[in-house]
Amino acid sequence: MSHVDPSAPLEGKPTKESERNLKRESRTQLVSFIFMIFITSTAFLTVASDIVPTGFAIPFILLLASIQVIMQLYVFMHMNHGSRWINVMMWAGLFVAAMTVAALMILIGVTKY
Amino acid sequence: MANEAIQPNVLPQNPEKATLEGRNKYLGFWFFLGGETVLFASLFGTYLGLRNSYDGGPGPQDLFHLDLVFIMTMLLLTSSLTSVFAVINMKKGNFKKMLTWMWGTVILGLGFLGFEIYEFVVYYDQGLGYTVSAFASSFYTLVGTHGAHVTFGIAWIITLLIRYRKTGLTLANAPKFNTAVLYWHFIDVVWVFIFTVVYLLGVGG
Amino acid sequence: MSNSTAASKKSVLYDWLTTVDHKKIGIMYFFGGLFFFTIAGIEAMLMRIQLMFPEMGFVGEQTFNELLTMHGTTMLFLAAMPLFFAFMNFVVPLQIGARDVAFPFINSLGLWLFIFGGIILNISWMTGGGPDAGWTAYTPLSTTSGGHGVDYYVMGLQVAGAGTLMSAINFLVTIVNMRAPGMSMMRMPLFTWTTFVTSMLILFAFPALTIGLLLIMLDRIFGGAFFDVALGGNVVIYQHLFWIFGHPEVYILILPAFGIFSEVIPTFAKKRLFGYTAMVFATMIIGFLGFMVWAHHMFTVGMGPVANAIFAVATMAIAVPTGIKIFNWLLTLWGGRIKFTTANLFALAFIPSFVLGGVTGVQLAMSAADYQFHDTYFVVAHFHYVIIGGSVLGIFSATFYWWPKMFGYRLSETLGKWFFWLFLIGFHLTFFVQHFLGLMGMPRRVGSYLDGQGLNEMNFISSMGAFLMGFAFILLVINVLVSRKNTDNVQDPWDGRTLEWATTSPVQEYNFAQTPLVRDLDAFWYEKMEGDGRMKAAEPLDDIHMPNGSILPIFISLGFSILAFGVIYSQWWLMIVGGVFMFSMMFIRSIKEDHGYHIPVSEIKKEKGEG
Repeated sequence: MSHVDPSAPLEGKPTKESERNLKRESRTQLVSFIFMIFITSTAFLTVASDIVPTGFAIPFILLLASIQVIMQLYVFMHMNHGSRWINVMMWAGLFVAAMTVAALMILIGVTKY
Repeated sequence: MANEAIQPNVLPQNPEKATLEGRNKYLGFWFFLGGETVLFASLFGTYLGLRNSYDGGPGPQDLFHLDLVFIMTMLLLTSSLTSVFAVINMKKGNFKKMLTWMWGTVILGLGFLGFEIYEFVVYYDQGLGYTVSAFASSFYTLVGTHGAHVTFGIAWIITLLIRYRKTGLTLANAPKFNTAVLYWHFIDVVWVFIFTVVYLLGVGG
Repeated sequence: MSNSTAASKKSVLYDWLTTVDHKKIGIMYFFGGLFFFTIAGIEAMLMRIQLMFPEMGFVGEQTFNELLTMHGTTMLFLAAMPLFFAFMNFVVPLQIGARDVAFPFINSLGLWLFIFGGIILNISWMTGGGPDAGWTAYTPLSTTSGGHGVDYYVMGLQVAGAGTLMSAINFLVTIVNMRAPGMSMMRMPLFTWTTFVTSMLILFAFPALTIGLLLIMLDRIFGGAFFDVALGGNVVIYQHLFWIFGHPEVYILILPAFGIFSEVIPTFAKKRLFGYTAMVFATMIIGFLGFMVWAHHMFTVGMGPVANAIFAVATMAIAVPTGIKIFNWLLTLWGGRIKFTTANLFALAFIPSFVLGGVTGVQLAMSAADYQFHDTYFVVAHFHYVIIGGSVLGIFSATFYWWPKMFGYRLSETLGKWFFWLFLIGFHLTFFVQHFLGLMGMPRRVGSYLDGQGLNEMNFISSMGAFLMGFAFILLVINVLVSRKNTDNVQDPWDGRTLEWATTSPVQEYNFAQTPLVRDLDAFWYEKMEGDGRMKAAEPLDDIHMPNGSILPIFISLGFSILAFGVIYSQWWLMIVGGVFMFSMMFIRSIKEDHGYHIPVSEIKKEKGEG
């Protein structure tokens, strides 16, 4: 039997259908990118301008950051296209990360709760 | 094993996941990123715990310039987009174009790195040495660890680009490029939190 | 591409140094772990001699501090975890019907990083004294400790920890991607499940340790100010980082043991595991809760009453899934035809011993009471009850259970039972009395105590128990050496239920000539009962693809170790030499495509005796 040689160059074209899908995907990515630029600029403007009160600005820019990260993970990195275990591991990691950050912010003995 | 669907030398729909090795690499790298999340969270937490401890040294409001950070953010965000286009071209079987987009990512990444080094030099001149205060140590360690990831990512991608400049797309190198791109996106994800939590909150919070 | 099978012509030593075979890596983990287990055991003996009588002058206080630090560090990172990794490496691919692990190269790298990390840590004994800040290395004690001991601790664990993280990712991907046809997640043997959850815990816990160690390193060597209160630092940050890692770590040590008992008990009770689904979910819940309770190690730090209460309640909740497991094991035994082999004796002794440790755990979880127990021998007794009564009994049970598969001969049952009873009695003798020593106020980690405080008798008893354990361990070593002639009945000596017993002994390097088809939980047992006692093949006989060995893992680990020494002694040139060497080895690995080789059908047939 002949074995598949992994170092042989792949030739040929994708099927018409995947060609179409890829074209659509490029468009989605471009639109997402423009949206990310928009929310990034919004976050910077929120802080740079003195009009927005701090009490609103902090949760707002944190929300914008979360939206952008979710978009990176699901649009740019295609987190949904692999195994469901990818989602399990990433969200578990984010959960532990959130606990860690929270503990190091509030439970270090400066203020007692 | 499990390669039966592959016909020799024909472009599969997802060349990076066509072989078992490729699927293993893809999954394993995602799991690694899950662990990296906690790694960076530990640094973020440490920074947030210590960010008001300037101890006489300069603090965020004396140092940070949002215009510089905005340019860096745009560079890194755009480099994420170029690497996305690289992967799309890989799936189209357009190896040459993929390499071009990846070089674009490298150049933008180098630009980012240059600004970061410039930034550190400026802060150092303003009196923010590494050993000056707990804020200084935790700031340099958090942003520096991210910078080290950027450096490693650039070196990794350049290695791949030179190694495979002539081979064409193969079942062996498609997963490698795809993993490097994942890593690059993750660097961008971390930066989103850095510019928000360190710079924006430092200036405005 | 190369199709050669020339690997067999290389020397035996070179073959073991370059191997990427998960079975050989497992065996090397086993002997590496056993070696460090012996060293850490000797350190424990020295401490017990020092504490045998009040105000003994056997070892000085500084040496005692170094001994207690190295005993804890070595036992947890270099003995218990590698011994579990040994069984995971050897058994898990067999249990899921895989030919290999997902990342053979990374697996080998993990092994060598562990070995080099262990060597770095222990070199500290020869260069002016070991680390002396406890296995927890709390700041500011660790950041102000003199000499290079703590530097060795930091860098040794950094090297070994990197290897552990790699191994964990390897196990995770192996289990997700490489299961045989029919082996759904809910048909996996419990040991594979606990390996999976353990690896998840490692994946999310070890990065926190990496950062904790990094911060100590930056403070000690590069003048950082993280833990320097004068410059605005905060020492509690380190405690959090350490225990965010440290508490999952103790579940990393106990879950594989739970898996082992869940294999051993059904095998020797001749019954299917009671409540398989509940066992799987209990494992996951324990893994999850493992990340929610770390601050119970820090009740006396001063986080405040609400924070303490939350962590106290979360801690007590862990008793629920653990209780589910205990009752499932008891109900598996209920009505079974129990065989009292050595492996099973360890499993049976585990149940009451571990419950004792669990009960003191719930006592310690009460934060108000913890102010009394904290840093006394009560805590020492508690965690030795869970770690010896759980992990170590599990390791010994697995040793007797899987030994025939791993080494091709059976350990003597007679010597094994002597070993079991002496060890068990020695263990309870050593640690049961320590509960009372703790309640009487004897602090842990102190190298001596005064006469006339009522502590003399129980300390003496404790030391005697320790010697008994040491003596029992010698019986195990003798057993390993004298039993080598028991080479009969090694393929399936216990009438096993899971897939590893369907392979030959010793196992072929490709594990299964044809990937088996799994038709039920306890796949092999199902074929014994419903089929013809042999696994059905899921694929026709074909050439088998195998990875090539590589010397690069040793070189990468060596480079990392040189870098570590550069850091320990603050020598920039040495850091650069080590770093450049490490990265060039990784570079070679990256640019050199190595697609392995194929074993032709003719050779497989010959080995099956059909050729």
